[in-house]
Amino acid sequence: MAQSLDRLKESPSQTAGPYVHIGCAPNFIGIEGVFDHDLGVSMVNDDTQGERISISGQIFDGTGTVLKDALLEIWQADSNGLFNSPGETRGAADPNFTGWGRQPTDIDSGLYRFDTVKPGRVPLQDGRLQAPHVNLWIVARGINLGLNTRVYFSDEEAANAEDPVLARIEHRVRVPTLIASRESDNYRFDIHLQGDKETVFFDI
Amino acid sequence: MDNGTPETGAFFERDRAWHPKAFTPDYKSSVVRSPRRALLSLENSPGEITGPVFGHDMLNENDADLIHNFARPGESALGERIIVHGRVLDERGRGVSGALLEFWQANAGGRYRHKKDEYMAPLDPNFGGCGRTITDENGNYALRTIRPGPYPWPNGINDWRPAHIHFSIFGHGFAQRLITQMYFEGDPLIPLCPIVQTINDEAAVKQLVALFDKAHATPFDSLAYKFDIVLRGRRSTLFENRMEGN
Repeated sequence: MAQSLDRLKESPSQTAGPYVHIGCAPNFIGIEGVFDHDLGVSMVNDDTQGERISISGQIFDGTGTVLKDALLEIWQADSNGLFNSPGETRGAADPNFTGWGRQPTDIDSGLYRFDTVKPGRVPLQDGRLQAPHVNLWIVARGINLGLNTRVYFSDEEAANAEDPVLARIEHRVRVPTLIASRESDNYRFDIHLQGDKETVFFDI
Repeated sequence: MDNGTPETGAFFERDRAWHPKAFTPDYKSSVVRSPRRALLSLENSPGEITGPVFGHDMLNENDADLIHNFARPGESALGERIIVHGRVLDERGRGVSGALLEFWQANAGGRYRHKKDEYMAPLDPNFGGCGRTITDENGNYALRTIRPGPYPWPNGINDWRPAHIHFSIFGHGFAQRLITQMYFEGDPLIPLCPIVQTINDEAAVKQLVALFDKAHATPFDSLAYKFDIVLRGRRSTLFENRMEGN
């Protein structure tokens, strides 16, 4: 008989449902007094290094309707390309930058917004440099397993052109779905769950 | 507090046949919210492997006690008092220390404290419905709450959710991020629920059903349920001087 590999299975995912805010952003929906503040609402302070930017946008379903019940999280490098994490082996990240943000979409407009800094470049495991980007995760009612994507920046044309991940996208017409467009200090990044403009999502 | 000795290997590939598919038409909300194109497979890089630290210093004493964390002084939430406890493990069976668990649920009548929930069951003024905790060095966690009620939802004409508690789990890496739900052993609504049915494998559903655990009941206070959660495991980092360990 074959030997067991002795591995457990990852717990299967379930949708976060329409009330994910009760657990992950309770103050946002008016459940106050349980937690002092919602986690991930602030990524920067006055001493954070790097260029201050914001990333904002909306999420659209397959009919073009805006999602108003979604939750987004981002995880990104600091301005020098380092992650504020015990698993970061390449150096010490900026202690004044968390690298992690969590924001709900607005209940009326569906807009989300992160106030952060422009990330530096991070290498793949093989050493090739990636273009500056932000890792993004989306959960909501109707999403059975959280969706992973990336936000790249429209004013990083040279870096984007040599990014090994963007280069892997066979259908070149889909590359722009990962690139946020700069409007002064804000980058607009809309996400399309389905349809002609379906955002590229990753199996990471 | 830290999250233990950092591991820096890439995570095992996710078994997407074990997880629910994106497009599951019997769960109607998935129909227009499911990506239809193939996901782009991506090897882990530092952004997927790493994650922030969540320390015990961010917790308040009552954060994991839903019976009291929203209640007025001297009062408590209504319902059947329960303890839910277990371990957060990775696929290698190792306890995940320092994992952030956040949980939310309906009250004993099956109603959420949310302005969009219009179910006729009453709100409990002493129940907020949210809590959080962080696993200890061996991956153990525990919370105290009231058993949530089942409730109807606008999917089919007469669809009811089984009693459940939502769990959001953040372990050591962004690629390990997971949201799931815990169901209760013996609930007849489990096999009838379209959200449960998004999972294709009976063994996978069973993994989300907490077992009644009388041994951990507190006399004259609470019954108990045991619920273990498994997050993705990592390939160990290859060390040239320790090839046998890989």
